[in-house]
Amino acid sequence: MVLVLNEEQRMVKETAEGFFAEHAPVGQLRKLRDSHDPDGFDRGLWAKMAEMGFAGVAIPEQYGGAGLGMVAAGLIQEAIGRNLSLSPFLSASVLAATAIAKAGSDEQKAALLPKIASAELIVALAADEKPRHQPHFVAARAESSGNGFRLTGAKPFVLDGHVADRLIVAARTSGEEGAPAGITLFLVDPKAAGVSVKRRAMVDSRNAAEIALEGVQVDGADVLGGIGEGFATLEAALDVGRACLAAEMLGVSGQSFDATVDYLKNREQFGVKIGSFQALQHRAAHLFCEMELARSATLKALTALDEGDARAPFFVALAKAKAGDVCRLATNEAVQMHGGIGMTDEFDIGFYMKRARAAQETFGDTAFQADRVARLLNY
Amino acid sequence: MMDETPELQAFRAETRAWLEANCPEEMRQPVQGDGDICWGGRKWRFQSEAQRLWLERMAARGWTVPQWPRAYGGGGLSKDEARILAQEMRRLKARPPLSSFGIWMLGPALLKYGNEAQKQAHLPKIARGEIRWCQGYSEPGAGSDLASLRTSALPDGDEYVVNGSKIWTSYADQADWIFCLVRTDPVAPKHLGISFLLFDMESPGVSTSPIKLISGYSPFCQTFFDDVRVPQENLVGTAGKGWDIAKYLLTHEREMIGDMGSLGRESMHQIAKRSIGTGRDGRLKDGVLRADIVRHEIDSYAFALTMERVKDEAKAGQGVGALSSMLKYAGTELNKQRRELLMSISGSDGLSWEGEGPEEGDLAREWLRSRANSIEGGTSEVQLNIIAKRVLGLPGA
Repeated sequence: MVLVLNEEQRMVKETAEGFFAEHAPVGQLRKLRDSHDPDGFDRGLWAKMAEMGFAGVAIPEQYGGAGLGMVAAGLIQEAIGRNLSLSPFLSASVLAATAIAKAGSDEQKAALLPKIASAELIVALAADEKPRHQPHFVAARAESSGNGFRLTGAKPFVLDGHVADRLIVAARTSGEEGAPAGITLFLVDPKAAGVSVKRRAMVDSRNAAEIALEGVQVDGADVLGGIGEGFATLEAALDVGRACLAAEMLGVSGQSFDATVDYLKNREQFGVKIGSFQALQHRAAHLFCEMELARSATLKALTALDEGDARAPFFVALAKAKAGDVCRLATNEAVQMHGGIGMTDEFDIGFYMKRARAAQETFGDTAFQADRVARLLNY
Repeated sequence: MMDETPELQAFRAETRAWLEANCPEEMRQPVQGDGDICWGGRKWRFQSEAQRLWLERMAARGWTVPQWPRAYGGGGLSKDEARILAQEMRRLKARPPLSSFGIWMLGPALLKYGNEAQKQAHLPKIARGEIRWCQGYSEPGAGSDLASLRTSALPDGDEYVVNGSKIWTSYADQADWIFCLVRTDPVAPKHLGISFLLFDMESPGVSTSPIKLISGYSPFCQTFFDDVRVPQENLVGTAGKGWDIAKYLLTHEREMIGDMGSLGRESMHQIAKRSIGTGRDGRLKDGVLRADIVRHEIDSYAFALTMERVKDEAKAGQGVGALSSMLKYAGTELNKQRRELLMSISGSDGLSWEGEGPEEGDLAREWLRSRANSIEGGTSEVQLNIIAKRVLGLPGA
């Protein structure tokens, strides 16, 4: 497939850009943060996202989704990045939907996917256990018990965990702590006995929770996929999430860059626009080139996922590594070029730098992805 | 190729058969040295009969310049047909039959700006490799500030009299003709007094001397013009409008130089494995260098994907402005970084300057040669200026 958006995708892009700018601009994030909103996102917005077809963008049509694939999901996530819009899109529509569609039984798919698409059900992924992403490190245990399993363990970083109606928990049914084999995925009700959910306040004002499982009883029917075979599903879901995070970072970079170029054209010092200074011009031009490189890598990753290309993991790692680096540069340059005002809470640019950092850390930063690239290139 | 029309499928089959029958075996071997690709011209000495034959056969079909009109020695192929020809040549590992500044630079400029007589006079000879061209742009006093050039061409009867000097004229000592930026109006504002003039390097008053570079190569010359008389009909376009042609040509040149960033990834891998070695986990033993290499690989792939995206977008009628500047900047910086890394990876092996093997000294010389990538065709800083001004719309100083 070619690296250019088709008619349908261009429409998704246009619609999403307009939608988030109108219904969930960065001011909404500020309001939710300042009011210490218990949900941390606007449920009305999430419902509208379902009406627009966004919540089920990548869910197959037979399960109530739009079946538009990952390029379209990436375009939505990029618009989210531009506006720093808050919603459970990444956890429910991207991560959980991918895991369920890949590994779920027909009953599970029919029960869960339509409700994700209609925003009736928030499903969150409880996988990471280490502060630095290490997906195959799973110490949480699942022991046979009755007609199912008893889960015990800790998941300190679950995106949207405190608003989730259902969790996908990675726990070990066999094998050593760090081994990919022996990981099994379970659908867990967060209201079940033994589950405790503690909301975490994050630097980017996003929703995340620390979740502890103390002998939580789950039914055998709530295993997602094969026993001991959860890692492949987890990796597939994570890769889709990583590619969408790369897309989000394009949006974060793009918006902070546009705001910065605007500022360079308007701010005067020494009696001239500061954008006439070559020291700033060159840095802005360099950043522009870098953002174009990140855009190509990200589009390739999303396209490869849609095509089921065997090299998709390589392109995903490439995209997240590059987009992460570029996003860090873009937001840091934005604050620097805005000068003192860039350091104030009143001005929006700081929100972008905070989100850049969090998005980079989520599901493997540039160093993590670069190491994957190196291994896949056989270095 | 499932979506190819029956016509294109037939063209592919026909092309494949013709190439297989007509491309000599020697011309399917990997390119090793400078002489392996024919640059043509009156002074060219064919390395082999096969090289001569390959050029002659391809030129007879117009396939040295597949997309130029047939009337000027081209193949008259559509974009799709040209793509198929290129694919089929790659499939056979066929060498390009001819490479030259005439093909890449002057040809496109003449097709756009030349008059009928000029096209008839020059394009077929470029296509057949009979005349080799060089480019007279930079001057000792006009580098990044190219438009301040001072080589003058003053009218005298039905001729211009050219005086001045050009520098960094690639392969001027081997070229037959020069396309040259000259000042025909000494009083007009600097961009407006420039014209685009063609003349024979054998004209009385032309002399060249090669410049030896840090790489030990001498691909560049300084060229001197001392009362060189050129017929006025050799002026391309309108007098005083040469800067437009110059800019158009520079765009082609930048794309060409920028493209080098995406070449030759394989050898880095081979050299690294051999020179550094791998540990029991299969990873390169030097962790710091491994990180440097992979950062570079990430950028190389992102750049190659950008080239791919740019081509796809152009086909779809979309695209970003000042693209050539972006690609030139990113591509050349990447190539320089790559050459620097190859030197690091190779250690003392990379320090060889000359020796018995045909490739001895190549690493060091290519490393040094690549330093010019971000200077020639407009420095990296000039490219950043162009992006700041034309894409970002930042104000002038």
